Amino acid sequence: MSERRVGGGHRRPGSGGFERWAWFFMRISGVALLGLAVFHLLWMHFAIGVDNIDFQTVVRRWSNPLWRLYDFALLAFALGHGLNGLRTVIDEYVESPGWKLGVKTAAALIGFLVGAAGFYVIFTFDVPVS
Amino acid sequence: MSSNDNDRSTSPGHMLRYRGGLGMAMWALHRVTGLGVLAFLLLHVVDIFLITFGEEVFNELLVIYTAPWARVMEVFLLFGVLFHALNGLRIAVQDFWPTAWLEEGRLIALQLTVFVIAFVPAAWLMLEPLFE
Repeated sequence: MSERRVGGGHRRPGSGGFERWAWFFMRISGVALLGLAVFHLLWMHFAIGVDNIDFQTVVRRWSNPLWRLYDFALLAFALGHGLNGLRTVIDEYVESPGWKLGVKTAAALIGFLVGAAGFYVIFTFDVPVS
Repeated sequence: MSSNDNDRSTSPGHMLRYRGGLGMAMWALHRVTGLGVLAFLLLHVVDIFLITFGEEVFNELLVIYTAPWARVMEVFLLFGVLFHALNGLRIAVQDFWPTAWLEEGRLIALQLTVFVIAFVPAAWLMLEPLFE
């Protein structure tokens, strides 16, 4: 792990490889999520109205493949960004190698299961024929 | 991680004093909001996945977004997403344009100004129906 900075973030890892790639991913996905996640939250709460959301709202949304694509991008970036952030936190707080492996394995397993459930429902949800 | 990081204390009191100042507070808030938003993301994927159980089950479940306590939680979520997004944007800007580090204090002031302008009215609009 590269040196942590005061104010958040880490210095760019000097050598190539996975850590440097992850460092770039966090910044690119982070800027993308600033748009994707903030828009999603405000759109669902204010434009659609959080009290109006029900099964039919999701049906209407997912009748349009572009909204499925939007939700796919949001989930992919958010899950990748969040799980990689969690990996950094585990690296810094869990010191024993055994615990580190155990906690990371548990996190990866939960991430995989939740990701699988999310991608599955986004792509396979059948719009009921009314 | 550099070796001199290994012996640092992570108690709350020490965390506020460690290197101190606004930068440290930003770092701590970035970490707490990041973990909080991740926790919500995992729950949110599960609640949307439950749409596969059918219309009745799903509509019943959505009380977790319409109940008054849910509205308060939603304001926390907005706080976390907005703070983490703006602070992360500042970090990315400072990383890709290194001279921006010299202006970190001003950038934090700008970031917090934008945060307050966006968060306060949105939070008010979210909570206002609770007082009617």
